[in-house]
Amino acid sequence: MDSFIVISLIKVAVVFAALLTTLAYLQWVERKVLAHIQVRPGPYRVGPHGLLQPVADIVKLITKEDLAPPFANKALYLAAPFLAMTLALLSICVIPFGPIIQVGGVRTAMQLTDLNIGVLFVLAVSSMGVYGVALAGWSSNNKYALLGGLRSAAQMISYELPMSLAIASPLLVSNTLSLRELVEKQAGGVWNWNVFHGPFPQVFAFVIFLIAAFAETNRVPFDLPEAENELVAGFHVEYSSMKFASFFMSEYANMITVSCMATLLFLGGWIAPWPAEYGSRFAPSVIFGAAGLAALYNGLNPRRRRDRYSFPVVAAAAFLIAAVFLIPMTQEWLLPLFWFGAKTGSILFLFMWVRGTLPRFRYDQLMGFTWKWLFPAAMLNLLATGFLIAWLS
Amino acid sequence: MDVILFLVFAIIAVVCAINVVVQTHPISSAISLVGVMGSLAVLYLLLGAEFIAAAQVIVYAGAIMVLFVFVIMLLNAGAEVQKGRSPMARFLGLPALVMLLGLLAYFVQRLFPRSDMVHFGGFTGGSPKDIGMALFTTYLLPFEATSILILIAIVGAIVLARKELD
Amino acid sequence: MGAVPISWFLTLSAVLFSLGVAGFLFRRSIITVFMSIELMLNAVNLSFVTFSYQLKKVDGHLLAFFVMVVAAAEAAVGLAIILTVFKNRKTLNIDDVDSMKN
Repeated sequence: MDSFIVISLIKVAVVFAALLTTLAYLQWVERKVLAHIQVRPGPYRVGPHGLLQPVADIVKLITKEDLAPPFANKALYLAAPFLAMTLALLSICVIPFGPIIQVGGVRTAMQLTDLNIGVLFVLAVSSMGVYGVALAGWSSNNKYALLGGLRSAAQMISYELPMSLAIASPLLVSNTLSLRELVEKQAGGVWNWNVFHGPFPQVFAFVIFLIAAFAETNRVPFDLPEAENELVAGFHVEYSSMKFASFFMSEYANMITVSCMATLLFLGGWIAPWPAEYGSRFAPSVIFGAAGLAALYNGLNPRRRRDRYSFPVVAAAAFLIAAVFLIPMTQEWLLPLFWFGAKTGSILFLFMWVRGTLPRFRYDQLMGFTWKWLFPAAMLNLLATGFLIAWLS
Repeated sequence: MDVILFLVFAIIAVVCAINVVVQTHPISSAISLVGVMGSLAVLYLLLGAEFIAAAQVIVYAGAIMVLFVFVIMLLNAGAEVQKGRSPMARFLGLPALVMLLGLLAYFVQRLFPRSDMVHFGGFTGGSPKDIGMALFTTYLLPFEATSILILIAIVGAIVLARKELD
Repeated sequence: MGAVPISWFLTLSAVLFSLGVAGFLFRRSIITVFMSIELMLNAVNLSFVTFSYQLKKVDGHLLAFFVMVVAAAEAAVGLAIILTVFKNRKTLNIDDVDSMKN
């Protein structure tokens, strides 16, 4: 019993340290991706290639003045960002990052806890996330915040429906609600993943889930309720410093959660795209080696004077990581983590790519889209999946 | 361990329920009711009802109460103003409540012997698979009837809440 | 790993139910009255799940599920009615909706 508690505490510490660092640097990645889409350098001055920009942002936000608007409902005003942050971090607890591994004589799963209703837990936590937004909008005592908060909350509960139906379809294929078993049933290779396999490949469910995920996390093209130039930034207009930062962090944490869910439900979790007999153990090393060579080439023919010094350092780091992937001792837990991170990272990159590319929906277009098109499409998909599975088995 | 869990969440549930009844502003009552539902979800988990616990949070606390909170925010319902309470309600109210409570508690304690104990893991038949099996075999007719009920509710809510086309 | 007597769960259900009755009878704001009804329904759900544990059958869970569905439908229609009453009478106090009295 005690070793269980100690191991769990260590896992909690590792996961949350990794998560909070990822949250901070995800914002850096987003700003760089958006910048390169818009043909500009992005954060560039604070530290090499802007790598210290998140640190600078955190310092700025901590030292800002912490106001509260007059006549605001103090208890709810203080509780709303706390609630949003807590719920956003809570769903990471059931996400499996890898298989059951043996580290230093201890046999444990790369997951904080394996609930047999893991999918329902994630859905429950995301349903409760509406309260953070609605209460933030209402307690600010500001009509623009109230309108933005109500619009955002209505959008989130409307898009929960197609998301739940899109989640139900691969559950019909895999026949389990536990997130670990969901991935273990997709073992084999890319042809076994839920999005390509089975009596009815879950391509439509994947697309519907991604669209609903964009709306659930209030990202472009569904970010009308909280965009800076619409409705005076929506429900977080009266928040400053760390409370504002916690809303932003909760948005990125929600993004990470839905990307992880998409990976687990549709893309096969930590399973490599082709089986290990055909050399998928060397794929990460090859990828990092190629990245290192590209960085080295750009370092030797620099376009900007600063690149002569920074890119060879990047190349050296990439070669070091490629070498680490070749050590057989770490391969057991590092390889699944790499594949999981690669797939989740691709979906996160998709989030940022769409942000830099698409314009946003008007609010009535957004609500009409879910109730008239997305929800019937999700229902038809579930119907087709259920019918084909019942007929072919 | 189970006793501590039960006591903690039962006390939270009772305190939040008292808050629902006592608070003047509807939004505080609504948030307290969400607290009651959350602690009841934990008690359902203790009773082995994992699907019902998840459904409680998803449906009840995450959708129905959001609807309540929406309506309170849209109507901008302020704190309730107490006017003209009859003296009978004021003096007999609390004793009548305590008497009702005492009667119920006495009969509960009389009828249910202390030999029935609840411990976590005592009932494992509440998984989604068991619920699904029962729902689509024994309870198929109520299931279909509730789907029609929901359709009626949707149509009714839309008809009642739409703008009059004058 | 202690164990909790079943009568404690049922007593809790009774307490929540009577608090719901108190709120229903004594409060004047219609939304609070409605929330007391939801509190009563939750107390009954707890009873159903407790009896399902005692009898070791899953039927109590099913009944609790149907109570939740009915509560959802009732909440939707009831809140729509409250919105309509507010639009016409401009008040949420049930004592003021008395134009048919005497």
